[in-house]
Amino acid sequence: MNKGRYSFHHSVGSKTYHFNDLKELMAKATPARSGDRLAGLAASNAEERVVAQMVLAEVPLKRFLEDTLIPYEDDEITRLIIDEHNKAAFEPISHLTVGDFRNWLLSDLASTEMLTTIRSGITPEMAAAVSKIMRNQDLILVSKTCQVSTAFRNTIGLPGHLSTRLQPNHPTDDLTGIAASILDGLLYANGDAVIGINPATDNVTQTRRLLDMTNELIESYEIPTQSCVLTHVTNTIEAIEKNAPVDLVFQSIGGTQATNDSFGFNLSTLAEAHDAALSLNRGTIGNNVMYFETGQGSSLSANAHHMVDQQTCEARAYAVARKFNPLLVNTVVGFIGPEYLYDGKEIIRAGLEDHFCGKLLGVPMGCDVCYTNHADADQNDMDNLLTLLGVAGCNFIMGIPGSDDIMLNYQTTSFHDALYARRAMGLRPAPEFEAWLHKLEIANDHNSFSLNSHVPALFNDSIKRLAGS
Amino acid sequence: MSKDEQNKQAQTAKNSEASVTDNPWERLRAFTDARIGLGRAGISIPTKHSLAFQLAHAKAQDAVHTPLSFENISTDLNALKEVSDLGTLALNSQAKNRQEYLQRPDFGRLLNDPSCELLNQDQGNKNIDYDLAIVVVDGLSAFAIEQNAAPFLAELLPRLGAREALSESWNIAPICIVEQGRVAIGDHIGTLLNAKSVLVLIGERPGLSSPDSMGLYLTWSPKLNLTDASRNCISNIRQAGMGYSEAAQKATYLLNEARIKKLSGVQLKDRSEDESFLEAETKKPA
Repeated sequence: MNKGRYSFHHSVGSKTYHFNDLKELMAKATPARSGDRLAGLAASNAEERVVAQMVLAEVPLKRFLEDTLIPYEDDEITRLIIDEHNKAAFEPISHLTVGDFRNWLLSDLASTEMLTTIRSGITPEMAAAVSKIMRNQDLILVSKTCQVSTAFRNTIGLPGHLSTRLQPNHPTDDLTGIAASILDGLLYANGDAVIGINPATDNVTQTRRLLDMTNELIESYEIPTQSCVLTHVTNTIEAIEKNAPVDLVFQSIGGTQATNDSFGFNLSTLAEAHDAALSLNRGTIGNNVMYFETGQGSSLSANAHHMVDQQTCEARAYAVARKFNPLLVNTVVGFIGPEYLYDGKEIIRAGLEDHFCGKLLGVPMGCDVCYTNHADADQNDMDNLLTLLGVAGCNFIMGIPGSDDIMLNYQTTSFHDALYARRAMGLRPAPEFEAWLHKLEIANDHNSFSLNSHVPALFNDSIKRLAGS
Repeated sequence: MSKDEQNKQAQTAKNSEASVTDNPWERLRAFTDARIGLGRAGISIPTKHSLAFQLAHAKAQDAVHTPLSFENISTDLNALKEVSDLGTLALNSQAKNRQEYLQRPDFGRLLNDPSCELLNQDQGNKNIDYDLAIVVVDGLSAFAIEQNAAPFLAELLPRLGAREALSESWNIAPICIVEQGRVAIGDHIGTLLNAKSVLVLIGERPGLSSPDSMGLYLTWSPKLNLTDASRNCISNIRQAGMGYSEAAQKATYLLNEARIKKLSGVQLKDRSEDESFLEAETKKPA
C-alpha cells in the first residue's frame, strides 16, 4: 500500500503553508487539544489549523484508501481497515472530497437507510477527516440520523432511547458493598445497557466471584439485562473455560496494533474470545456479546501513535470494534487526564467526535461522560456533554451512585443524571427493561420519567437481608 | 379549586420535606463509601447532597492547584532528627507552573538546570555511594505531601537504621524536595546522586473523598526512561487510608528485598504482596 505520498500547499495572502503528508495535514486540521500539542503534532497557530482544514476539505475520500496513515505492512488494524473495505457500499460517496462529504452527510440524501448502506464503505480515517471540519451541531445532527441498535437480553440503541451501564465499583470488591450500589441503581431505573463492574483485583478468581454474584441477581429478579466484569480479555477466556456465567467479553481497545500490544492482546485474541462467548449462547433476543472501551490519547500514552493525531487513532479503534459486532462500545472521554484533553471544552468536543465517528462507522456508541480532578472541568461541563449526547442519540451512558466512582477515583454520570436526561429529552430505557421497571413498580409512568415513592416489596426484602448481613 | 384546597396545596408546597423523597436503603451506606441512597427531589439530587459533592470536588481541585510550601515541608521534615542529620535540598522540575505541569508530563519527569547543578555539587563535594535517595514530590497533591510525608518518614527512617553504623543500615542522600514533579523525576535524581535506589513520596491524583493521598514508588538502580514496570508502588497512604506504620513496614520490606535481589518492579511484586509475610511481620514485637 502507500502507493502515493503527497504533500500539500496552500497560500493565504503572502504566506504559504506546507503540509508534508496526509497524516500531518490531518493532525494540523484537528480542533485544538492538549494531547496533540504534547505529541508535537498540533497546528502551531489558529490560522494554520483552519488552513489545514481548508486543504483537508479538498482531499478526495478515495485518497484515504491509497495513502494509509499507518503502513499496511506494519499494522494489523490498517490491514483490517483496507482488507474489509466494502467497495460497493463506498460507491455512492466515492466521488466526494472530504468537504463534499460533509455537505452530503448534512443533506437530505443522507437518510438513516442511506447511512446504514454506506457504513462499511467508510474507513475510520474518512470519518475522522470529515469530523475535523464539522462543528459540534453538525456532529450531533448526523449522529442522530445514524442508527445502530444491538441486542442480548434487551434492545439497546433504538431511536428515542437512552440506556445506562450500572457501574457499582468498590475499592476492595466487597460483595455487599457492590450489591448495595447495584440495588441503588436498579431502584433508580438504571442498568439496562449492562451491570458492569471494574474489579479492583484483576484476576480470574475474582472475576468468577463477581460474575456469579451478578448472574444470580439478574436471574432471581428476572432482569432483562446482562452483566460484565471488565477484566482483561484473556481472563474472561479462562473464566469461560471454567464455565463461569459470562454474558459479555470486555476489552479496552486502541486504534493501532502497537497500542493493543501494550494492552496485551491482538485481533486473534478478540476473535477467540468472541467465539467462546458466542458458544455459551446466553443471549435471549440477540447475539452481540462484546463490550469495548476506547478513549482518545491511549495510543500516544503507549507511544504507539505513529505520529497520527489522537482523534484519528481513536476512530481506528472503531474498526476493531465493528469487526466483532459488539453490544456496547463507549469512549471513556475524560478519564485519561488533562495532558490529552485539557478542559471541559476539549472533553465535550472529543465526546461528540467519538460518538459521531463511531455511529458513522456502524458502532453501537455510548459515552462515559467523565472527568478527573486534575482536569479543568466540572459537573456543569458534564451536564452540557450529557445533554448534547442525548440530543445526538447516544446509545448509553454510565450510571453510578452520586457521580463518584470510589474505586477508579473519577467522576461520571450519576443514576440521577440518567433520569434527568430521560425526562428533559423524552428518552426511554431499553423497551424490555422499561417493561420490567413497570412490572416491579420501580417506575410509575411512561411519558415523563418518574419513580414510585414506595420501595417495591421484592426489594424491601433484599434491603433487609443486605442490612442484616 | 376551592379555597380550602388551595390552602392545602400551598401548605404542601411549603413543606420542604415533601419535595425530597428519602431512600430507606440509605442505611446500606454502612457497607460502601459510594454515594447511595441519596434520595431525590423529583428525579434530581437533593440540595444537601449536591452541595456536599461540590465541596468534595472543590477540595480535590484545591489540592491539585495549591502550590507546595517548601518552607512548611522542610520545617516539618527537619524537625525529625534523622532528616536534619541528612539535610534537605529544594529542587524544581522543568515545568514552570501548574498549567504547564498538567499538560506536559515530560517536563515534570526531569529536573531543571539549576537543580541538576545543585545535585552535581553534592556529589562532587561528598563523592559518596548512596544506598538510597528519598525524594519528596508534590505530584498532583501538595496537600498530601504536607500532611503525610513527615509522619511517614518518622516511621520509615528508624527502620532503615539511618542513625546507626550497622552494616545493614542504609546510607541515605539528603532528602530531596521537588516542586512540579512526576514519579519518574526520582530516576533523574537517583542518577545524578549516583544512588543505588530511589524512593519517591508523591501526592497522588486526588479523589473526591481522598484529596490527601500519598503514594510511594521504589526503583532499584534508577536511570532515565524507566517505566512503571521497573517500580514498586504502595498507594493510598493517608490518615483515612493506609497507616504510616503499615506503609513504612511494607516499604522497608521492599527496600530490603530490592537490595538483596538487586532489582525492583514486576519481578519483586509477587513476594511483596505475600500477605503471610506481612502478617508475620506485624505480629513481631516492636
